[in-house]
Amino acid sequence: MARVIVVTSGKGGVGKTTTSAAIAMGLAKRGHKTAVIDFDVGLRNLDLIMGCERRVVYDFVNVINEEATLNQALIRDKNCNLLYILPASQTRDKEALSQEGVGRVLDELKKDFKYIVCDSPAGIEKGAHLAMYFADDAFVVTNPEVSSVRDSDRILGLLSSKSRRAEQNEEPINEFLLLTRYSPERVKLGEMLSVDDVQDILSLHLLGVIPESKSVLNASNSGTPVILDEKSDAGQAYEDVVARYLGEERPHRFIEDKKGFFRNLFGGN
Amino acid sequence: MSQDSKKTAKLANTLEFKTSTFSVPVLLVATDDLSLFEKQLVQKINQAPEFFKNSPLVLDLQEINIQNHKVDLNALVAVIRKAGLLIVGIRAGNDLQNKQALEIGIPVYPAQDRESVVEVKKPIRVQVVKAQVPTSTRPDIKESVPTTIITHPIRSGQRIYAAGDLIVMAQVSAGAEIIAEGNIHVYSSLRGRALAGVQGDIEARIFCFDLQAELISIAGNYKVSEDLSVSVRNKPVQIYLQDGSLIIKDIV
Repeated sequence: MARVIVVTSGKGGVGKTTTSAAIAMGLAKRGHKTAVIDFDVGLRNLDLIMGCERRVVYDFVNVINEEATLNQALIRDKNCNLLYILPASQTRDKEALSQEGVGRVLDELKKDFKYIVCDSPAGIEKGAHLAMYFADDAFVVTNPEVSSVRDSDRILGLLSSKSRRAEQNEEPINEFLLLTRYSPERVKLGEMLSVDDVQDILSLHLLGVIPESKSVLNASNSGTPVILDEKSDAGQAYEDVVARYLGEERPHRFIEDKKGFFRNLFGGN
Repeated sequence: MSQDSKKTAKLANTLEFKTSTFSVPVLLVATDDLSLFEKQLVQKINQAPEFFKNSPLVLDLQEINIQNHKVDLNALVAVIRKAGLLIVGIRAGNDLQNKQALEIGIPVYPAQDRESVVEVKKPIRVQVVKAQVPTSTRPDIKESVPTTIITHPIRSGQRIYAAGDLIVMAQVSAGAEIIAEGNIHVYSSLRGRALAGVQGDIEARIFCFDLQAELISIAGNYKVSEDLSVSVRNKPVQIYLQDGSLIIKDIV
């Protein structure tokens, strides 16, 4: 059975697109045929992060309007042949999306793909609503900072009341927390909320903590999902996230600051 | 469809009679000294001028009639109207008072109890709209209002309304709102707004395991987060109303 994953947050700039690109790549690299859809119509970014911006011909809105077939619009990733990107339209706005159209595209993708990752736009309006509406699993991306945590809380409320699963009284969406741009040093100094602080407010299954890292910016600029940078801490953290999502148990590596981390490593657990 | 029936259908939609129950304050008068009465009335109103401003009011004449005071209803009505209250009915009046009231367009309600000393030979009823006027500030609680139980977290932006008691078995996030006509229980952290007794039940209480609320309110008496002292925060407390002010106490 295909699974639809929404990557959402409410707040902008917390790392939704970076996360969408990384986990879609991670799933594909593990042998699962994966599609990633950019729902941010009008503010198209995913193609840049995935490095396929020069190959966009048709987009999501064209497919919804039946101006192009799905196969014409899907772009195969240059690094992994099991990963496909459905870019957003840059010249339209969110009103171009319709619930019926999005549902139709997802149903068609489900026939062929194992995972469909929906990169949600910020906000709680139409684009974000449609990105989450058909989801089976939700990755809620949060920065360790109060306004981001509150926005995530709001999104969680919408997931449990305004999604298709909620409306049709089906089993609720699986919700996972992804804490991004985390800096253990700054948590220690009291400048940032800790994992426990965030968990206290959201009480959600923690899928992973992605450390604040230069490698994320480098990856974005070069158009390769950060998960392919296997040497970087952020890349490894995303690798763990994908493994945990697929059912593996892995210890959280990036919650302690580096000193603590090395002490754990060399001190024998 | 003929022209006529169309017309009838249109006409039928222009009005509709409905029954509604309202909560209206009742003023019990127990004196024939109108100047003393006026003084005390103004005093009371000045304690909460916004609350009483243009407030509807039912005038209860039971005490006056028990004590056999002779009061000119028109004069009494004038004093009350002068104070800014709008009389929407009299209750437990005698025949003369009822007649006077109807003459100046004030509806007449029968006495509340059956054993009223006032002799009502032929109760005069206004039959157009049935209005029930409760005697006290505590409204009649319906016999079987089910308790609402919620087991999942209530997230920011969500709003829950319970017609009876509300029990929440998970956290209530900041920015969420839980509202109940009865009591509220939260067996986790209460970070949002909690409003109990919203239909005026001053006996309603709020119980929570961990008080971090943005706002708490019972029957319209509220406190915001800033007003909560450190001594009651982050612990199990109950909140109730005593003499018009909110009391927050540890759950023993």
